[in-house]
Formats: sequence, C-alpha cells, structure tokens
Amino acid sequence: MIRALGRRALSLLLALIAASVVIFVMLQAVPGDPAAFMLGMNASEDAVAALRAELGLEGPLVVRYLAWISGMLGGDFGTSYTYRVPVAELVSERIVVSAPLAVMALVLSTVIAIPVGLIAAARRGGVADWGIMGGTQLGIAVPNFWFAMILVLVFAVKLRWVSAGGFPGWDAGLWPGVRALLLPAIALALPQASILARVLRSALLDTLDQDYIRTARAKGLSRRATVVRHALRNAMIPVLTILGLQFSFLLAGAIIIENVFFLPGLGRLIFQGITQRDLIVVQSVTMLLVFAVILVTFLVDLAYTFADPRLRRR
Amino acid sequence: MTQTLKMSVAAFALMASGAWAAQDSIIIGMQLEPPNLDPTGGAAAAIDEVTYANLFEGLTRFASDGAVVPGLAQSWSVSEDGLTWTFDLRPGVIFHDGTAMDSADVVFSLNRARAEDSTNAQKALFAGIADVSAPDASTVVITLDAPNGNFAFNMAWGDAVIVAPESVATNATQPVGTGPFRFVEWAKGDSVTLERFDAYWGAAPALTRATFKFISDPNAAFAAMMAGDVNAFPVFPAPETLANFDADPRFSVIVGSTEGETILAMNNANLTDVRVRKAISHAIDRQAIIDGAMFGYGTPIGTHFAPHNPDYVDLTGGSAHDPDMARALLAEAGATDLRLSMALPPPSYARRGGEIIASQLRAVGIATDITNMEWAQWLEQVFRGKDFDLTIVSHTEPADINIYARPDYYFQYDNAGFQALIETLGITADPDTRTTLLQDAQKMIAADYVNGYLFQLAKTGVADSRIEGLWQNAPTQANDLTGVSWRAGP
Repeated sequence: MIRALGRRALSLLLALIAASVVIFVMLQAVPGDPAAFMLGMNASEDAVAALRAELGLEGPLVVRYLAWISGMLGGDFGTSYTYRVPVAELVSERIVVSAPLAVMALVLSTVIAIPVGLIAAARRGGVADWGIMGGTQLGIAVPNFWFAMILVLVFAVKLRWVSAGGFPGWDAGLWPGVRALLLPAIALALPQASILARVLRSALLDTLDQDYIRTARAKGLSRRATVVRHALRNAMIPVLTILGLQFSFLLAGAIIIENVFFLPGLGRLIFQGITQRDLIVVQSVTMLLVFAVILVTFLVDLAYTFADPRLRRR
Repeated sequence: MTQTLKMSVAAFALMASGAWAAQDSIIIGMQLEPPNLDPTGGAAAAIDEVTYANLFEGLTRFASDGAVVPGLAQSWSVSEDGLTWTFDLRPGVIFHDGTAMDSADVVFSLNRARAEDSTNAQKALFAGIADVSAPDASTVVITLDAPNGNFAFNMAWGDAVIVAPESVATNATQPVGTGPFRFVEWAKGDSVTLERFDAYWGAAPALTRATFKFISDPNAAFAAMMAGDVNAFPVFPAPETLANFDADPRFSVIVGSTEGETILAMNNANLTDVRVRKAISHAIDRQAIIDGAMFGYGTPIGTHFAPHNPDYVDLTGGSAHDPDMARALLAEAGATDLRLSMALPPPSYARRGGEIIASQLRAVGIATDITNMEWAQWLEQVFRGKDFDLTIVSHTEPADINIYARPDYYFQYDNAGFQALIETLGITADPDTRTTLLQDAQKMIAADYVNGYLFQLAKTGVADSRIEGLWQNAPTQANDLTGVSWRAGP
C-alpha cells in the first residue's frame, strides 16, 4: 500500500514536470509580443523595448523557465504583465468564485444523477427508464453555453428572479453569492448529471445481474434494500472514475460559462490572459489547474480503495 | 427555516433597492476590462473609457464635440515664433489623496512621459518638447523644438494627463488623479467603482457613484441590459439586437460617430501598381459592407478623415463601386490571377466585413486567402512585421492622417510630396491655410488609392431612457460622466 502510494506520488511529480515544460514551451511559441500588445499601434520602438525589459521578457529561455519554476515552488507565481499585480493575488481573488462554482456544480450533478440513475435501473425498460434515458440524452446533447443563455433569458430577462450574471463578491453575504452562482452551476451541472446518471444506470444494471444480488434477494432482502445496499456500492467504481474526469470538464466548461455569466473566475482570467498575451498568468494558472486535475485523479485512485476493499491489497 | 426566509427577504429588499431607488448612481457596461488604470502606461482604450475626465485630467481636454477646451490649465498662450507655450494652471486643484496639484506635478508628468525609459503608448505626442519649466507654482512654460499647431490638442489626450510623483507608482491599481470622481474599488474581472470626489475644483457631478461593469460576451451584454443589471452600455457589442432596444420604451439607442476610419489597408510595398490598388478600391461596395457587417451603422468615407470634421472632403465618388472598371484596370495592369492574403483582427467590422470584401474581390477576379488573427498576433505579424497584402482595421486615433507621412508605417506608403505637406502642416498655425493643407492631404492619399477607404465607425450604445448627458459621439474613447444624470419622474 505505502509503496504503491509512493509510486503514484512519483509519477504525479513526473507528470507535473512534463506539464510545466509543455506549457512553458507552447506559450513561448504563441505569436504576439505582450509588450507590443499593451502599448498598441502608436507605440515607439524604444517604449516597447523599455516595457519588455521591465516585464522580464528578455534573456535565455532556460533561465526564464527555471526562474518561473523556482518561483512557483516558493509560492511566487510571477507578476501579471497587464494587471501589474502578483498572479497569486489574482488567483486567490478568482478562485473564490471558481471553486465554489465547481463544487456546487459537482454536488448538484451528483445529487441529481444518483436518484435518477437508481430509478432508471430499478425500472429498467419501464416508462420512467425510457423518459430518463431520453432526457439524459438531451442533457448530453445540449451545449451548456446554449442552455446557460436560455436560463438567463427565462430567469433573468423575463422573470427577473436573478441577475443576468456578475458576482457581488462574498462580502455582500453568503446568499447573494450563492444566488449569483446558481444559474451557472445548473448550466454546468446538467450535462454532467446526464452523463453520470447514464453511467450509474448501466453500472447498476451490470451489478444487478450478479449472483450475489440474487443471493441477497433469495435471503429475503427487499428489492430496494438490495439495490441501495449491494448494487449501488458495487456500481460506485465507474461512477467515481467519471466524477474524477468530470472535474476537469467542469474546469474547462467554466471558461465558457464564466463568460456567459460574466463571472470573475479563473476561466475568464485565462481567457483574458490569452487574448491580452498576459502569458505569465496563462502559464501559472494553467499549471495550477494541471496540478488540481492530477491531484484529483490521485484522490479518485485513493477513493477506489475505499469503495472496493480488494484494491487495498494490491 | 425562518432564518433562511428572513435572509432571502433581506436579499430581495437589497436587490430591489439597488435596482429602483438609487437614482444618483449608475452602472456602465463595457466589453473589455482595462488591464490597468494608468492612462499614461498602456494603449488599451478601456483605460481611457474608465479614467478619462472622470479620474484623471490633463492641461487641456476634449469636449463632447471634439473641441479642445481648458482642463487643468485655465488658459494658455503661444509665443510669436510658436515655440513657447505658457499654461496658466487653475488654482485650488487637489489630487484625490489630498495633495495639491501645482506646476511641479505638470513638469514631472510631462518629463516622465517623454523620458528615455518611458512606456507611454503615445510617446510621439511629447516628442517635440525641448524643455518644461515652472517659473512659479501656477505657471508652466513648455519649449518646443519646432512650432506645433497641434500642441493643445496633443495635451488633451488621455495619455497626457497630470499625475503626482507620490502616487504615480501605484496608479495602475490605485489611481490618484484630480478628476470629479475618485477611485473606490476594482473587483478584477468584474467591475471598477468610482465615487464623487467632494473636493473637486469644478462643478460637482450629479452622480455620487459610478460602477463600470465588464461584460465581454455580446449575448451576456444583451441579457444584462434587458434584465436591468446595467444602466447603460455606451459601446454596445451586439448591434444586431439594437432594433429590440429601439422598440422598447425603457431604453434609448444612442448612435453617434467615432474617430475610427475603417479601412481595407493595402501593403503598398507589395501592391506597388496604383492601377491594382485603384481596381481594388473600385471593386468594393461600401454600402454592402455597412449593411452586411455593421447592420447599417456607419458613414461611407473616401479618404482617411472623419466626415464630422469641418475640414472633411467627400471623395467617395473617386472610388465608387464599379466592378467593370476594376476588371479593366486589372487587365491593363496585367494583374490577372491575383491572389492576396487578407489578415482579419477580431472585431466584427473586420471579420464580417472581410468575408464581404473577399466576395466582392472575387467578383472582379481577385482571390483572397483569409487568416483570422487575435490582436496580439495582428500587431506582431501585420502591424510590425508588415507581412500581409490586405487587412481591415479601424484607426481610432483622432486626426491621424499624418500616419501617411511615415514610410515605415505598416501600409508602407512612401510619397515625398505628402511627407512635405504634413511637415508644412505641422508648422502652420493659420486656420485657413491648415484647412487647405488638410484637404490637399485627403485628396492626395485618395488619388494614390493608398488604402481602400470603407466607412467611419459608428458608436452605437444603449442606455436606460431616463439617463441624460452621455456622450453621443466619441472624439476620444471615453465615458465622461461629469454631465450624466437621471431624469426625474417615473
């Protein structure tokens, strides 16, 4: 167990190093000089040169890479070219929007998917199953940005229950903050819930065919208890895998959703960073997201061992 | 349960009061967020859209009609030889941090802008300054290398605002100026909030609070306006929805002009034959582009000059839509099978307009290879690298016909006659002579078919119909809130 964990940690480290090199090299290859972009069309050559020097864009590639990495290790993510404030400060401002949004979407999709998946599996072939299969198919097919726009038109423009977007900040209180994230979280969660429900249904159907289910039924357990106590637990492995994968989809989806709802989150920060050639922001935030995804994958691996005791012995 | 109920009731009450009661505050929508709030350290138009006339002021300023009027200087005089400009500063001007503004601040600001290591985006505005001195606390004397009839105009730009040495280092994030509003908060990615500055030297604005909210997605901008989250969107990014707002009595649509000459720029170093450039100009149907790409908003132009400028000459007739003539010119020049690259930056005038122009060019036998680019890439490859045949861009700087006198400018027009003309213009102060020179300049570049002149970019905005005093036109990219107020009544 310990050795297995060590091996996983080592591969995690190697993945991080590889990712950092790829991110750094790719962003160097992106056309467009940040300094020239910032100063625009009328800028003189010496003003651009002065700004390049000020931003630390001069010097050999390897030196700049090492400076970036060693800074990151010490918690220094660099200074944003355009905003002129530490990237760490920008990230901490944005993560208080993005992280709650991702968590809300994840919780919401799980809360929707588990009962829906259970019902579909229990009523296999019935009307409820057909309805759920059709509904989830639609949920997967509908692009989330389109769904988000429909939500805005209905709930913000027509009904005026919520504002069309924006984020008041947590200083304004818990409820206004949660309220601002509600529609975005629903827009993000719907496709995920659909996928999750379908995966759960097929995983349940697989386990329901197993001998131990028949045994449980034979010893007198009710249908409901059998599904919840035996089938659900054994169907959790594929569900956990999907949940882990969904985390990275949520991060990617947030880039679009944050634009639709003009939320000041990490996704919009990256988007803006790319168009404004604020490469240090793109570089550091992407690295942070890679780290988050790798970490979640690692945690999901750990969670397997809780869901399935057999995996602990390996 | 009762607790949550109470909370939601309170939240609703809070929302309602924000939406209806506050008639002395305003929420302005903007598509792009400023990268920083220091107008002397970046080119982004969004910086001026927040700070110009609100937070920062210069010696002179632009009025809503584009005229140059006194700013921090209440008057100025020019010496006989045109080399010495004396500015008489307004008394009692205070920076938002409480320090007084005097001639030392002006000397500091101008010397900083023209210094060797200056990162001012419009450094050329200060290039002719030989010396700046302050004989006393309320007088500034500026000596120029050569007479410059445009100097008061140059000092009105957002890049020439007066800053204080004590606060200059933090202006990017904590701007301290002399304007009628002071900076309160910047929730990055979301909004910038300003508050009325009570110690302002001039008339107090009607608004006590102003929030600039950043909404980049056009659909989101539409929803935010419709839902009442934003009171005004002076440069509205979704022109296709303007008809909806026009039909709705809650909103007014504000259509004005900008300083943006939108052109099909041609690389004169590649397209050396004037007959080919003339053919391209005649192949273009301006009205089709305005209707197809701009939803009918925009004024056709025939040269690089704003139609609302009194010195404008209408030269659109010289490059009227005439595909037959275009084909004949191409045949005469032996330019059959012409294949040109066309680089398109992100704005819709370029992306949509580019598709339309490509089909118009195809009709006269010119093939185009379109490449869509982001601004950063466009600046590097097209603007600096000059690696292009055609591109579409709006030149938003006011009165910028002098860029044609720079042979190394990206479209590479090199005409000694034009360069001499601009040089003469620079040292001419007589208004009538200036008018003649400016009109000659317009005619010269039109006759040389330097670029395809398309249209003057319109400023299309949406606002709550109860708001008064927003700028209709954009002599510079700004949201001057000093004269904005809510109309009383329902």
